[in-house]
Amino acid sequence: MPGPAVLAQIHEPWIRWDWVSSHTGVITHDLREHVVLTLIAVGVGMLISVPLAIVARRWHWFEAPVLSATGILYTIPSVALLALLVPWTGLTRTTAEIALVSYTLLILIRNIVAGLAGVPPDVREAAEGMGYSRARQLLRVELPLAVPVIVAGIRIAVVTTIGLVTVTALIGQGGLGQLILDGLYRDFRTEVVVGSALCVALATVADLTLVGIQRLAMPWTRKRGTT
Amino acid sequence: MNFLSHVVTWFTMGSHWHGSNGIPHRVFEHVVMSAAAVGAAVVVAIPPSLVLGHLRRFGAVAINFSNAGRAVPSFAVLVLAAQVIGIGAEPAFIALFVLAIPPLVTNSYVGMADVDAEISESAKGMGMTGWQSVWRVELPVALPVVLAGVRTAAVQVVATATLAALVAWGGLGRYIIDGLAQRDFVQVFAGAVLVALLSVLTELSLALVQRFTVSAGLTHRHRDKNEPFVGAATAVTPT
Repeated sequence: MPGPAVLAQIHEPWIRWDWVSSHTGVITHDLREHVVLTLIAVGVGMLISVPLAIVARRWHWFEAPVLSATGILYTIPSVALLALLVPWTGLTRTTAEIALVSYTLLILIRNIVAGLAGVPPDVREAAEGMGYSRARQLLRVELPLAVPVIVAGIRIAVVTTIGLVTVTALIGQGGLGQLILDGLYRDFRTEVVVGSALCVALATVADLTLVGIQRLAMPWTRKRGTT
Repeated sequence: MNFLSHVVTWFTMGSHWHGSNGIPHRVFEHVVMSAAAVGAAVVVAIPPSLVLGHLRRFGAVAINFSNAGRAVPSFAVLVLAAQVIGIGAEPAFIALFVLAIPPLVTNSYVGMADVDAEISESAKGMGMTGWQSVWRVELPVALPVVLAGVRTAAVQVVATATLAALVAWGGLGRYIIDGLAQRDFVQVFAGAVLVALLSVLTELSLALVQRFTVSAGLTHRHRDKNEPFVGAATAVTPT
């Protein structure tokens, strides 16, 4: 038994181009917001993950607790994590970012640790034999060799975060998620379609850009099938 | 501190334990809906993926399935489903069913395709037919990866079922969505605690299932927990 709202929906087209052309300002604003929320999340995620992963590599007892703590964070649904934070940090961008950053941690730490662990022991010994200090060895030998695995992690973190940003619309953030949520509340399909399509497009472009940067910066990774 | 004591009071109020908006009923709805969606997806997605993995055909499609799935926000899937079907339980079920499929496909395919050729050859050498080799050797070897896919799908579905309150369905998401709408942050927080508990419980109980169904001969090979995320193989996505 479709109600009046559902009947109205049947006649509503999936996209109204006149709405799109008259609302380019709103759309680009939400898109920019989406990009900013994602960049902050992955950037801060890297700032936290790199030192934690290096410490976990050097002192092995630290690895298990770090991975299980971030693993538990990862299991908590984003809506729930946002809701747990709202009473303390309010309906703010800070709340959104704390949640978004925490989901990048497991992906990033796991890949940085795995990348460092994947450095062949003879390479490490060669560096040691050449008189490299531990810090120099890490910076000049181990990290560069770990980059393909680290970039694989960044790609997944970026694509995942772009999807999760939409959920933060529930606390008044959300970038393109705002369009989707607004479309849902107003029963206006165009907004839902535009928001969803741009999200997928943004994730695809971001992923391809990262692959491109990696190939340009590290031509030797092209053939190894790490992408 | 004051806020947390309000949350404790919320949990101890009798009215929150009865009726259609009571905790037991909301948990029941959440669990039944999630189990139905995952169950349907398991039936539909796993058998063909196992076959394709065994034949090692269409690997790129199967593996990229979960990469593509990651790029489509579950929130968008849910709202789009509501736009197609209307609001209520049906769009929630359809969206959750769709979301459960990618990790199941990828993990079932990868699990079967990664079985060492030597293993299936020795099964053949022992006189097993193709079917026996699949059923008694390859499938048990692939099981940990297949079950990891089920676990990922289930955790993701339980999480996204929370959002289904937005399309006028029940479940534990009601407390969060209604609480946010009414600026009743005590209810929001209590709902979030329940959702987080249910997710962690889902993860733990499926981990137990995995432990008891996976052949003992395989378990230490999968001790290395520190496998990196590499786009495809084991698709874990927060929701």
